[in-house]
Amino acid sequence: MGNRKIRYFIFGAVVMFLFNSIKTQAQNLENGKKIYETRCLVCHQADGGGVPNMNAPLDGSTNVVSSDIGRLVKIIKNGFNERVELDGLYYSNSMTPNPDFTPAQISDVLSFIRTSWSNKASKVTIAQVQVALKGNQKTKTK
Amino acid sequence: MKKGIYLLLLLSISVHFLANAQDNAGLTLPNGFKANLFAENIGSARHIAISKNGVVFAKLNRADKQGRTIIRLADENKDGVSDKITGWANYGGTGIYLSGNALYASSNEAIFKYQLDASDEVVNPLSPITVVTGLINRRQHESKSITFDKANNIYVNIGAYSNACQDKDRTPGAQGMMPCPILDSAGGIWKFDASKENQTYGDGKRYATGLRNVVGLDWNPQANKLYVAQHGRDQLNTFFPSLYTDAQNAELPAETFYEINEGDNAGWPYVYYDNFQHKKIVSPEYGGDGKKEGASDIKNPAVAFPAHMAPMGVLFYTGNQFPEKYKNGAFITFHGSWNRAPLPQEGFFVAFVPFKNGKATGDWEIFANGFAGTMDGTKITSTRNAKARPCGLAQGPDGSIYVSDDTKGSIFKISYQK
Repeated sequence: MGNRKIRYFIFGAVVMFLFNSIKTQAQNLENGKKIYETRCLVCHQADGGGVPNMNAPLDGSTNVVSSDIGRLVKIIKNGFNERVELDGLYYSNSMTPNPDFTPAQISDVLSFIRTSWSNKASKVTIAQVQVALKGNQKTKTK
Repeated sequence: MKKGIYLLLLLSISVHFLANAQDNAGLTLPNGFKANLFAENIGSARHIAISKNGVVFAKLNRADKQGRTIIRLADENKDGVSDKITGWANYGGTGIYLSGNALYASSNEAIFKYQLDASDEVVNPLSPITVVTGLINRRQHESKSITFDKANNIYVNIGAYSNACQDKDRTPGAQGMMPCPILDSAGGIWKFDASKENQTYGDGKRYATGLRNVVGLDWNPQANKLYVAQHGRDQLNTFFPSLYTDAQNAELPAETFYEINEGDNAGWPYVYYDNFQHKKIVSPEYGGDGKKEGASDIKNPAVAFPAHMAPMGVLFYTGNQFPEKYKNGAFITFHGSWNRAPLPQEGFFVAFVPFKNGKATGDWEIFANGFAGTMDGTKITSTRNAKARPCGLAQGPDGSIYVSDDTKGSIFKISYQK
């Protein structure tokens, strides 16, 4: 009888855990969307299309859907001010840094960006963001 | 019966042609004007110049598939559509200008000169003369647009490599540098002698300052003065959300069109022009609050346009084809905005600015619209969805005007029929 109780308890805990993780994920994307709309959309546009020659596109961009999560995290946190080629084109505007973003916020907005429009990349966990931000102070770009 | 079929065929063909002619390449124009595509898909066509024989030269921002960045388009059968397209050069850029039989073209750092023969073919495609070199190019606002006065002087824009001269560019809360160190070598118009070679900053003269980024500029032959159109600053709301709402940022600051005398200062980065208060307002990076007025010696615009629409080309119309009201007035191409988001984008048209005795009346009107390809009334919410973005402007020998698009590379020819 005690055994059964424990089993019920474990079953219940697993259900709760699954339910919560689904709920958290949904909240992450919703929160990521909100962050995108208030902080990113003005330059990268509502459809993630960017602005030709000026602001890099996020939709369909190889960098955005790449496995180099660390690079994306640092760009969001520190901004970006280098002339680099992106899918054969160059973009001239400096990207605004977001020093106030917490690891959770970066995880939310990156997850939203990587799974929105035509992008079908993996979501980004808070732990991945924390790893990427280790030692970030040293490599901080202007 | 057979006759009937032929008649039907003839009828359908003529209806087809009539429809095409009335299509005006998708543009909406004032009564009596028509438009057609002079060229399509030539690449990122920035500014254009047209010879007295009607040959069009377009400067590409990036090399086309054949690696060319200056495109020569001739209409040999005179049907209004280019039929012989050639090209040369391997540097991207914006500026192109014809002076006599010399063609001047700019990269983002230098100005080169080519000789044309009597049939407008380039004589020295691989060995141009370097007229000016070493101009600042730090990614942002890198276009070096050029125009000439009547005494063979070149006026070149050197855009500021910054939004508002903050100590950290485009960073919330970053202060404006005082004085702004960018202004000694950028953020203005420089003047050079077109007959000299290998000139750089020391050989030229800063003709006007306080201009964040000018892409469109032209010499007003009637007033004998330079006119420039400035791209106003971005992101007032992003960096100063306590002072500006999204809706205010979408309308501020005005895009401004100036009559320039030597030594003029248009005020960037210290002030911007507010088209609602009709005042020069101190920038928030320099202690402004959206109301405080800037110094009184700063130039006032001749015409102010809605914010962020990005004026790209200016043309003073000297032809005889268009109705009288257009003579000696200015056409201005607007590339269309991005920094109005989250509100819908605006621009993507050619405006006309009436002039009287060499002075702008202060009015303006939309001349040609529909470049974005959404005449059904839907708004562009993401700039990349605009099918065409007006950029270069030039006048043909018959008085038609040509408008280039730097997305896919269409050249629209706009004419008037009495």
